[in-house]
Amino acid sequence: MENILSRHRNVSILVAVLFAQILGLAVQVKRAGASGEGQDTRLIRVWTVRAVTPFEKSLVWMQSSASGLWHNYFYLRGVRAENRDLKQQIEQMRIEQVRLSEDAEQARRLQLLLDFREKFISKTVAAQVVGTSGSEQSRSVYIDKGRADGVKPDQAVITANGIVGKVLHVYDDHTANVLLVNDQTSGVGVILEKSRLQGILRGTANGELAVEKIMSDETVQPGERVLTSGGDQIFPKGLEVGTVSKVAPGKDSFLDIRLRPAANLSRLEEILVVTKVEDRSPSPSEVAGPVRAVDVLTRRLPSVPDKPPATTTQGTATPGSTTVKPGVPGQSATVALKPSTSTGSTGTAATTSGAQKQGTGPQLSGETGASKPVTGSVVSTGTAPKPSNALSTNSGQATSGQKDAPPVQAPAAASGTSTQNRPKPTEVKEVPVQAPPNPGALNTTPNARVPSTSGVKAVSQTGGEVPATVKPAVVQKPATPAPKAADQSAKPAATQAKPANKASVEGNPQ
Amino acid sequence: MPILYTSQDQIEVYRFNIPTAIFVPLAALFLQAFVPLRFPGFAMLDLPLLVVIFFGVARRSQVAGLLTGAVIGLLQDSLTHQPIGLYGIAKTVVGYGASSLGVKIDVENIGARFLGSASFYLVHQCIYFVVARGMVQLRLQWSWPHELLAAVINAFVAVFLFAALDRLKQRT
Repeated sequence: MENILSRHRNVSILVAVLFAQILGLAVQVKRAGASGEGQDTRLIRVWTVRAVTPFEKSLVWMQSSASGLWHNYFYLRGVRAENRDLKQQIEQMRIEQVRLSEDAEQARRLQLLLDFREKFISKTVAAQVVGTSGSEQSRSVYIDKGRADGVKPDQAVITANGIVGKVLHVYDDHTANVLLVNDQTSGVGVILEKSRLQGILRGTANGELAVEKIMSDETVQPGERVLTSGGDQIFPKGLEVGTVSKVAPGKDSFLDIRLRPAANLSRLEEILVVTKVEDRSPSPSEVAGPVRAVDVLTRRLPSVPDKPPATTTQGTATPGSTTVKPGVPGQSATVALKPSTSTGSTGTAATTSGAQKQGTGPQLSGETGASKPVTGSVVSTGTAPKPSNALSTNSGQATSGQKDAPPVQAPAAASGTSTQNRPKPTEVKEVPVQAPPNPGALNTTPNARVPSTSGVKAVSQTGGEVPATVKPAVVQKPATPAPKAADQSAKPAATQAKPANKASVEGNPQ
Repeated sequence: MPILYTSQDQIEVYRFNIPTAIFVPLAALFLQAFVPLRFPGFAMLDLPLLVVIFFGVARRSQVAGLLTGAVIGLLQDSLTHQPIGLYGIAKTVVGYGASSLGVKIDVENIGARFLGSASFYLVHQCIYFVVARGMVQLRLQWSWPHELLAAVINAFVAVFLFAALDRLKQRT
C-alpha cells in the first residue's frame, strides 16, 4: 500500500485535495438546505472579502474623486445646454407628475376604503458598488455599506430605474454582497403591467432576465412593462423590473419571456438598499401619506439633479386657505383665500396661469400678484392639513370629511373669463415658498413628502392656458375639475375629482 | 522512460519568489473582481485560471500545480455567492493537468500556449459545470458558442499575460 502511494504520490495528493474539497462542498450543500440561505458566512469568505474589498473601495474612491474633480470643475462643456434640456425635461415631468398624483390619490382612497395593506419603503440607504464576484456564473456585486448602516440579508436593492437584487451576505460593518436579479439562482415575483399575469423572474446563463411560469396560451406583447408583484416578500409591489423584449414558446407549455432590465445591471454604480419596509394601510391622518416605493424612486437617486429653485413649484398655505399660487422663480407664491362654500373649510381654489413661457413645449409657470382667473380647483376639507414643509404629490388623500363634502362651486374658466357662479377671492396673501426636500437625502421617513407642482398649470406655447389639475400641498382632495369651458356648473366633489384628471390629461398638449 | 516532446532546456523548472507567488494570484483575483465593474465584458476572462495554468506549467511540479490551483480556486469561490469548492475543484484539476503537460510538451511556444490555454479553459468550465449541476444542483446552462468564444479570448490574453509573467521566472 505504501509502495503504491509513494509510486503515485502526485496522483494521490490530487485525489486527496479533490476529495477534501468535495467533502467540504457536500457539507456546505447540506448546510445550505438546513439553515437557510445567507445565514452563516464561511470564514474563508470573510477573509477573502476583507482582503479584496479595501483595495476596491480605495480605487472606487480615487476614481470617483478624480472623476468628480474633472467633471465638476474642469470639464463643463455642454453643461449649459444640458441644464436647459434637463429643466425642460423637469417641467414636462412635473406635468406628468400632477396627472399621476391624481391617479395615486384615487388609488389611495380606494385602498383606504378596502382596508388595503400596502408595503411602503420607509427607509433606504444609498451605497456604492465597489466590486463584483468576477464570475459569469455568479452575478453579484459588493457594496460599501454593511451592518453599521442597517443592511441585512434579504433586503431589496434598487435604483431609480428599477430593481437590482437583494442583499445576500453582510460581511462586516461596511461591506455586503448583493445578488443581482440576473443571476441564475435569483428569483423575483413579477407581474406584467397590462395583462396582469404573474410569473417568476430569473436570470439566464448569459445574464439575461427571463420570466417563467406564464402559460403559453396567454398573450404577452413585447414592450410591456414588468413590475414586482410583491409576492416574494422582498421587493415591495410596483417597482419596475424591465420591459418585455422577446416572447417565444418555451418548455412545458410555458412562455419563454425575455426582459430588458430597467436598471443597467452591468454598469451599477450607486444603488439603494431598502432597509425598512412597512406593511400597513394608508392612514387618513397622513394626508401626504408614507412614501411608496415608486415615490421614493422618483426623487431619491444621487444621479437625479438637484431641484430647481423651490419657488417655482412650491407654496405653503395655512389651514383654511384654499388656493395656492406658485411664484415664479425668485418670487413668493400667492395664496388666494376664499370663503368657504360649505361646511368645514371647503372652498374652491384658484390657480394662476403663467403666461411667461420659455423654450419649446408646454411648461409650467406661476405668476404672482396678478389675479388671474382660476383654472383648477381644489377643496380643503375640514380636516386640518399637516403643516408640511414640502409639498406632496400624495396630497389630496381622502379623509372622512371628504366623503361628505358638499358640492362645491365650479372653478374659474381656463380661458381667463370668469364663470357665473364662481365666488371671487376675498383675500390674497403672499406666503413664503419653501424649498423641497433634498432629493439626495439618505433616509426617508414615512411622512416624507414628494415635491409637488401644486398651484401651477400648463400653459401652451402660444401663451394660452391649458387646463391642468391644480393641487396645493395642503389641500386634501381635488373637488372640481379643471374646466375646459369658461362656464361650468358646480358638481359634487366626488364626481368631479376624476374628470379633473382627465381634463388635465386631455388638456395637456404632451 | 517517459516520452518527452521538449528539449532539455525546455523542461527547465522555474521557481518564483514568495512575493511573486502571492502577489500575482491576488492581483489576478482583484482584477477579476474589480474590472468587470467598469468593463462588464471582462467577466468573460478568467485571470485566476490563467495564473494557475502559468504557474503549473512553469513549475512543472504536479503537487505544486494542484495546490496552487486549489488555493486560487478556493479564494475565487470566496468572492462568489456559491458554495466554496466549485472553482477550487476545477482549478485543482487544471493545475495538475497544466504541470503535467508542462513536463511533456514545449510550453514556451506561443501556439502551444494558445491551444493549451483554450483547452484548459474548456476543461475548467466542463468540470465546473458538472460539479455545479450534478452536485450542487445549480441551474446552469451550457452554451457552446459562449464557451468557445470565451476559450479563444482567454487563450489570446494568455499569450500576452504569460509573456509578461515570464519576466518573473527564476531558474532553479
